[in-house]
Amino acid sequence: MGELLELRELTVSYRTSEGPLTAVRGVDLVVRSGEIVGVAGESGCGKSTLASTVLRLQPKDAAVTGEALVDGADVLTMGWGDLRAVRWAEASIVFQGALHSLNPVQRVFDQIAEPIRLHEPRVTTQELEQRVGQLLEQVGLPRARSRAYPHQLSGGQRQRVMIAMALACRPRLIVADEPTTALDVMVQAQILDLLQGLVRDLGLGMVLISHDLSVLADVCDRVVVMYAGRVVEVGPADELFADPLHPYARALSGAFPRIGDPAARYAPSGLGGDPPDPRWLPQGCSFAPRCPHAVDACRAEEPPLIDFGGGRAAACIRVEETR
Amino acid sequence: MSTADVPLSARQVTWRRRRLATRRGWGEFRRHRSGLVGLVVLTAFVLLALLAPLIADAEGLEASRATGGVLESPSGEFWLGTDERGRSIVTLLIWGSRISLLVGSLATLISMVIGTTMGLASGFFEGWPARVLFRITEWFLVIPFIPLAIVLASVLGRSLLNIVIVIGVTGWAGTALLIRSQTLSIKERPYLERAKVLGAGRWHQMTRHILPNVMPMVFANTTLTVALAILAETTLSFLGLGDPTRVSWGSMLENAFSVGAMTTGAWWYIVPPGVCVVLVVLSFTLVGQALEEIFNPRLRRR
Amino acid sequence: MSTTLAPAAAGTRPAAGPSYARYVGGKLIGALGSLAFVLVLNFFLFRVLPGDPARTLGRGRFRTEEQLEQFRAAYGLEQPLPQQFLTFLKNTLTGDLGVSLRYRVPVSDLILDRMWPTLLLVGTGTLLAAVIGIYLGVVAAWNRGRAADRLTTSTTLTLYSMPEWWLGLLLIATFAVGIGPLPGIFPTGGLHSVDVDPGWWPALVDTAWHLVLPVITISLVYLADYSLIMRSSLLDEIGEDYLQTARAKGLRDVEVRRRHAIRNALLPTTTLIALSIGFVVSGAITIETVFSIPGLGLLATEALSIPDYWVLQGTFLVTSAAVILANLAANLLYGLLDPRVRS
Repeated sequence: MGELLELRELTVSYRTSEGPLTAVRGVDLVVRSGEIVGVAGESGCGKSTLASTVLRLQPKDAAVTGEALVDGADVLTMGWGDLRAVRWAEASIVFQGALHSLNPVQRVFDQIAEPIRLHEPRVTTQELEQRVGQLLEQVGLPRARSRAYPHQLSGGQRQRVMIAMALACRPRLIVADEPTTALDVMVQAQILDLLQGLVRDLGLGMVLISHDLSVLADVCDRVVVMYAGRVVEVGPADELFADPLHPYARALSGAFPRIGDPAARYAPSGLGGDPPDPRWLPQGCSFAPRCPHAVDACRAEEPPLIDFGGGRAAACIRVEETR
Repeated sequence: MSTADVPLSARQVTWRRRRLATRRGWGEFRRHRSGLVGLVVLTAFVLLALLAPLIADAEGLEASRATGGVLESPSGEFWLGTDERGRSIVTLLIWGSRISLLVGSLATLISMVIGTTMGLASGFFEGWPARVLFRITEWFLVIPFIPLAIVLASVLGRSLLNIVIVIGVTGWAGTALLIRSQTLSIKERPYLERAKVLGAGRWHQMTRHILPNVMPMVFANTTLTVALAILAETTLSFLGLGDPTRVSWGSMLENAFSVGAMTTGAWWYIVPPGVCVVLVVLSFTLVGQALEEIFNPRLRRR
Repeated sequence: MSTTLAPAAAGTRPAAGPSYARYVGGKLIGALGSLAFVLVLNFFLFRVLPGDPARTLGRGRFRTEEQLEQFRAAYGLEQPLPQQFLTFLKNTLTGDLGVSLRYRVPVSDLILDRMWPTLLLVGTGTLLAAVIGIYLGVVAAWNRGRAADRLTTSTTLTLYSMPEWWLGLLLIATFAVGIGPLPGIFPTGGLHSVDVDPGWWPALVDTAWHLVLPVITISLVYLADYSLIMRSSLLDEIGEDYLQTARAKGLRDVEVRRRHAIRNALLPTTTLIALSIGFVVSGAITIETVFSIPGLGLLATEALSIPDYWVLQGTFLVTSAAVILANLAANLLYGLLDPRVRS
């Protein structure tokens, strides 16, 4: 099966009053249909910028280089008409913060129907009603909810509406940007189950972005860890969490306790310091200032992504020594 | 023991913080070009009004001592010509600024005091007292100010005090609504809950917590209110509701209108007073908008 | 398990429901409360008069003590205050607003007579100001920071700082009287010219011609206000996330603007515009004075000179009631358009 999404050397930078700010640096990513790829990292590491470039939604003053291929076609260079056709019908986004990402004065029905009407102008009202009803059922909401306004729904319900909306034009790729943030744990689990089920039943490809590793560990097939705009580790989800290679991934994984592991109870680890300001990145490895294993060679030059076989790679020159 | 070792008292900390905040605020204000322009023009007018006795001879206001001819056009002697009684327009303008600024400020003072108190009270208190206060605010919001001014003038006679009262009484409701919504949002904040738990009484909460946070908004709103008050005073004076013996820009225009200055082409009588009003109102508005932007970060994107 | 979709669900008009009825009820009660307040205020303002109210209010109209007594009885001026208030209420609600000292006709007749020019002026002026103002506000907001925005905003700020009647004076001097070589083309005042052909069409054209300058004056000043309001509302909406969602769905920029941003920004704008009707009504009074238009405003200012108390009381009542009604209409409209307000 072909690649649904392929990002090649994607770089996004903004112009600020203090100089250029590079939010995403040379990111490579591949997503195939039927698989869920997780993108992990702290806030500010460039995850959301990455998500928006899939549909070329980054701000007008952002400079983008590299390629973003959706089903083989480069979204970043295609004409407007083609881009608008791709938007929602081939790839869609489930945005963060459903309350603000939905139009507060429009009913749920109209918001879900809008992209359908746009991409399929000949659709009849009856068909629309049918499809919207089906979509709501697919995400576990009763059909009658289509008449509600966003503020009348709970957080979990709104998130389901966003997912139903993302499915409206039958895309093959969905990018879910922090879909479970601000939801409580039970609802989180339901939403994740829902997403997993949809990928399985509809053969979608999905990019799941989250700062919360517990979310990604559960659901993803592969995980990409980002730090300061770069990919620092990539690999199959279970292997990555059990045996992380990059010190940052290790810190992330270690920071969250595992039930049943007595050692974790007594030694939860954290990581001091803050992610670097993207305007003033340090020389060499951007993680070096916080890394417990950094040596001079680390600070000299930024380490490339080193392949460790079996689909695993990490951007660290000291993996063998520190494993 | 050096001064650096002495711990500062809570009061000193507060004052130091306030001084820093003021300095920061001023620094930000300087970056607003329009606000600065407004401030400069405003200061010029205030100086003009304060220094009136030194700049323009008060005798120039006496019709009986007027030296110019009737409605003379501008000349070397009378830079902006004369009015229908031979008085120099420039003198009238300078003295008129006093009334306009004074009445505007007094009226604003009244409306700000009432408005802030009502706003704080209706926002802070719960239950039916707050609802009643809110209702009263809504009632005063609908009263059109010119008809009320006309009624008051007919009952109490024409005077500047009446104008001040009318503007103050009809103007406070807008401020009250603004302060009320600010108060409501501040009430939700966690530190107020903590203060309550620590035993802060209602008066303490209002004056030590809510009021300082509302003050910046009040400050910005005051400036904008003065602009509207001056406009209102000019209008009411134009309609003849002010003191006929005092000169204000509005009364100058009233005279100009009644002697038909438009038809005789005496533009020097019509244009300058209006331009002065526009300049003063515009500068207050610009300053007020700049202040709003500083105090409400959400507005900065504009 | 699934409920069938009701046919009305496909509608895009937000249908009002029981929550709207409750909202309307609440607003109606509020409006009635405001009206009651205005009535009370009106009553007390005129009882503050120095001297014998009967003589002051009935001044110059009675020659005999008998007539004065009749007058007193009809308006209950000798009764204790609460009873006076009831008499006042009864009279007002049955349309008896007293008799004009100057014109010797019932005030209610006078008001009905002079209402139309004011309505015409305020109505046309507000409509024009709203349409043009909103358009300019959209242009300014969408081009924020660029030349179009700076030009529009500086012009509207200046217009906003102008007394509307001063602008009227300037326009009269320029276009009615003429400056230098330019002739005056518009009439300097009034609503009708004397030398107009008979027949309803010429009279209509004549009235319209007389209204051109006054309407332009009112529109210019209020469109400044509305454009600033719309610009501000739209800038609030432009930063919102749901516009990003709309763009992601494949909508063109223009469509995102029209269908989402502007439509949502219109909600607070329409309310603020309706709420400003109070100021437009006040503004109309001064415009009528400047242009000598025989409407309610001119009636009120003329009444000041006598003073014609009944007329003053009546016009104050009518103008306040008009503002209250306009606000009510605005609130009802807003409740219809914004579902969040109804809950």
